[in-house]
Amino acid sequence: MAAAPGGMKPFYTALGVVAVAGLGAIGWMALRPHNSVAIPVDVTVLAADTAGFRGYLLGSAQAPVEVTEYADFQCPGCQRFEMMQFPTVRRQLIETGRLRWRYRDFPLDNIHKHTRVAAHAAACASDQNKYWEMHQAIYAGQPDWESAGDAAGFFHRYASTIGLDVGTYDACMTSAKYAGRIQASQNEALKLNVGVTPTFLIDGKLYPGGLTSDELKHLVDSLAPPPATP
Amino acid sequence: MKLRMVAALLSLVGLMVATYLYLYKIGIVGTMVCGTGACELVQTSRWSRFLGVEVSLLGVLGYLAMFGVSLAGVQPALQQRRWPASALLLLATGALLFSAYLTYAELFLIHAICRWCVVSAVIVLLLFLVAFYGWRRGRAS
Repeated sequence: MAAAPGGMKPFYTALGVVAVAGLGAIGWMALRPHNSVAIPVDVTVLAADTAGFRGYLLGSAQAPVEVTEYADFQCPGCQRFEMMQFPTVRRQLIETGRLRWRYRDFPLDNIHKHTRVAAHAAACASDQNKYWEMHQAIYAGQPDWESAGDAAGFFHRYASTIGLDVGTYDACMTSAKYAGRIQASQNEALKLNVGVTPTFLIDGKLYPGGLTSDELKHLVDSLAPPPATP
Repeated sequence: MKLRMVAALLSLVGLMVATYLYLYKIGIVGTMVCGTGACELVQTSRWSRFLGVEVSLLGVLGYLAMFGVSLAGVQPALQQRRWPASALLLLATGALLFSAYLTYAELFLIHAICRWCVVSAVIVLLLFLVAFYGWRRGRAS
C-alpha cells in the first residue's frame, strides 16, 4: 500500500538532516586552515643558506662526468624527463659510477605557483635523508597537484607515504628555513643565463631543454669512454 | 517502502563520505581527518584509482545512483513497482563486490586501513542487506 504523502515528512526531514550535517562537515573540513605554507620569494641569501651545499647529489663522488640539472618541479618538461628518461639515466650511468647528478632548483614562480613550495618540500625531506624519494613523489604526482588550489596538502601526503616523520616535516615547512637555499639556486641559474627548464650543465656547456637518456649516454661516452672490456 | 527509505538514507550518508574522499583527492580538503588510521597512505596508493578513474569518484557516482533509485522507489507512483528493488539490488551487489576488492587491497596489498573506507564498506554492506531483503520481500508478495 502506498504511503500517504503526509507520512513521508519524517523521511524527508531525516534526509534533510543528513544532507545538512554532511555538507556542513565537509564544508568545515574544506574551509578550516590547512596548515598552508608559503615560501618567500627573492629572499636575501645568507652565507649559512649555502654553506656546504651546492645542490642535491646522486651518484659516486668519483664519477668522471657530472650533470647539473636546473629544473622546476611544476614544469611539464622536467616531469617528462624525470618520469621517462631519468630512470634509464640512473640505471645506465649513475648506478654504474659513470655519472654524478646534481639537481638545482630553478623555480619559475611567475608561471608555476606551487613550484617553490614543492622545492621546499623536497628540501625538508632531505633533512630526513629522503630527498630523492620525495623528489620522485613530487614529480610523479605533478598532474594531481599542479592545478590544485593548495598543493601543500599533496606534499604532506607524499611525506607521509615515503615514511618521513611528518611532525618534523611540518615544522620544517612552516619554518620556510630553506627559502634562502632555493633562492641561491635560482640566482645561480640566472647568473648562468639559464632560460628554460630543464637545462643541463655538462662540462661547462649548457643544454637548454635537457637531453634524452640516449643523448646523455653518447655524451658521457664521448667525455669519459667506458673502460674497454677484455 | 521503509526499506527503500533506509536505503536512501544510507546511500546519502555514503555519498557524503565519498564526496569528502574525492574532495581530498583533488586537493580541496587539505589534510584528511583520519584519527589513527592510514587514510593518506591508502588514498595515495595505486589502488586509489581504478581503470584510471579515482575510486572516490566512482563512489560518488555509485552512491548517487543508489540514492536516486531508492528515492524514486519511495515516490507514491513507484511504491508498488518492483524495478526499483531490482535496480537497487543490482547496484548494491556491484558496490559490495567492488568494496570487497578495495578492502582486500587495503588488508593484503597496501597493508593499511583507511577508516573512511571502512565506514564506506560498512554502509555498502548494510545497503546490500537492505536491498536484498527488500527485493525478496517484493518477490514473496
